[in-house]
Amino acid sequence: MSAGVDLFRPRLARRRFVGRVFQGLCLLAGLASAVILLVLLLHVAWGGGGLLSQSFLTRPPSQLQPETAGVRPALLGTLWLMALTLVFAVPVGVGAAVYLEEYSRRSRLIDLINLNIANLAGVPSIVYGILGLAVFVRWLLGSRSLLAGALTMSLLILPVIIIASRESLRAVPKSIREAAYAVGATRWQTVRHHVLPAGLPGILTGIILALSRAIGETAPLIMLGALTFVRFAPGEWGDQYSFTATGLGSWLRDALNSPFTTLPIQIYNWAGQPDDIFRRLAAAAIIVLLVILLSMNAVAVGIRAWQQRHKTW
Amino acid sequence: MKHASSNRRFVVVLMALGAAVVYGQKSPRLSGAVKVDGSSTVYPITAAAAEMFSESQPKVQVTVGISGTGGGFKKFLEEKPELRTDIQDASRPITAPELERAAKLGVEFIELPIAYDGIAVVVHSSNKFCDHLTIAELKKIWEPGSKIGNWKDIRDGFPSLPLKLYGPGTDSGTFDYFTEVVMGKSKACRADFTPSEDDNVLVKGVEGDAGSLGYFGFSYYEANRAKLKLLAIDNGDGQPVKPDSDSIGKLAYRPLARPLFLYVNKAALAKPEVKGFLDFYLSNAKKIVEHPKVAYVALSAKLYEFVAQRLAAGTTGTVYGGPDAHTKSLNELYSVGDK
Repeated sequence: MSAGVDLFRPRLARRRFVGRVFQGLCLLAGLASAVILLVLLLHVAWGGGGLLSQSFLTRPPSQLQPETAGVRPALLGTLWLMALTLVFAVPVGVGAAVYLEEYSRRSRLIDLINLNIANLAGVPSIVYGILGLAVFVRWLLGSRSLLAGALTMSLLILPVIIIASRESLRAVPKSIREAAYAVGATRWQTVRHHVLPAGLPGILTGIILALSRAIGETAPLIMLGALTFVRFAPGEWGDQYSFTATGLGSWLRDALNSPFTTLPIQIYNWAGQPDDIFRRLAAAAIIVLLVILLSMNAVAVGIRAWQQRHKTW
Repeated sequence: MKHASSNRRFVVVLMALGAAVVYGQKSPRLSGAVKVDGSSTVYPITAAAAEMFSESQPKVQVTVGISGTGGGFKKFLEEKPELRTDIQDASRPITAPELERAAKLGVEFIELPIAYDGIAVVVHSSNKFCDHLTIAELKKIWEPGSKIGNWKDIRDGFPSLPLKLYGPGTDSGTFDYFTEVVMGKSKACRADFTPSEDDNVLVKGVEGDAGSLGYFGFSYYEANRAKLKLLAIDNGDGQPVKPDSDSIGKLAYRPLARPLFLYVNKAALAKPEVKGFLDFYLSNAKKIVEHPKVAYVALSAKLYEFVAQRLAAGTTGTVYGGPDAHTKSLNELYSVGDK
């Protein structure tokens, strides 16, 4: 009896103190990332804020008069790249997700596909760059073009889109599918009219977040040879094309085949130049990129909030 | 009176015709793409040339990539002709393996020196004891397996101060050039230094370390003059020379001043936009190279004239075949008189 009392020493004060120390450390860890981000943003804003203007968005870069340089080719290049990546990656990504969630039965092949998708999502982006260089640039297309860049980026974000879409479809309750089957709907009708609409907000969020990963990528594009001084954007000089189907066709073909640059690459290029003005230009371009990124993320957050309010199950 | 006015009209028509002819000769409206890639050292010159060119020929798309001289030569000598770049920016002459590959692929090229660059050897601004180094000392410091980690081991009389080394990364033409002329063998270098392809990282490194020693392109030193101390280099003759535009141009700052080159794919020269760009580049070379935002050292007028002739004649091949070629000035190599 007395031995038991001796063994138990509450030491409450000490234990509570240790608890508070742990809490404090966790708070510091939380603050550290926020503070570092804040410092970074302030540093960038301080360095590049003065150069931001409307003409910064509409002018090409300049080696000789960097004071008047802008990001037009990089900005348009980024928009082109994102639009094309969407066109390639969304149908394939969502299609794959629908098949894997709604149609497939468990089999060796499906297990293998699942394993591959999960692994691909973790592959470093430079590997996609090497793949793009070998397959699209050297083998299929024979040019270091916008199209090669967009196809590479599509591969890069495909696993992310598939995983996000699958999770969103999985969150749609089974009862909705069963109710549709009960009134005689086919599997296609069930997917088309019930499952996809219900899962759409989640899918859209996943797509936007995947795109905002792609928009900041530099490494795979450098691998493709996009680290270039370019004073024009894909699809400029539309005046030499007629406003007919064939004219638009050749305009699009030329745009897809043209060399390009993007915002992260323009930033990388400027950040490597000796003169201080180029580093301020890089900071200004970082602000442009951050604004695009944050507004994309805001749209994703908005969709999620809308979904929470309008959930039908 | 009437006669005079018709005369005047005739003159006006003649002038307009003349203007049209001159205009037509000066700037035929070119379009198409010119692909340039290669050295990050040559990049500012070619980018500036592309920018000036775009003012007179806005429809020609000149792209200037930065892959390093070695990386650029890979794109200049791609297997598929449609992937090859038209012009290669090089901060060193073409190497034997690259020559072999060009011969194997049947790529004929024209070698055009375009400017001089110097390698600046720099130390921390607070360094009071070291004003110059000899090439032998540089070799002792940088050679493979070198164990020198303190300034006192470099020369008697230097204080005891840990030595921190900064230099360009192995993809850089500056690295190739420095190792070739200092060690006598390209890419021969100790491994324990801080490398970066980004010269700004090197500037920052040397700036932040009292015992630092680093080297990079002279133009980077010019842009960061206030933050670093520049060393004179003694080529073994007991006369240290500091790099400046004069000593670099005369190659008195030996052996760390070097010529920069364009290599032009001869087949690409058949495209009028490529020829137009190169003609513009060479005829404005001095202006471009000495532009304050570019700030390299221009060749002599005589050499530029010679280079333009070389392009016009389509002379292919390199003059850098011999083992001691890099010790000779451009004037000697191309047999051009001094004045």
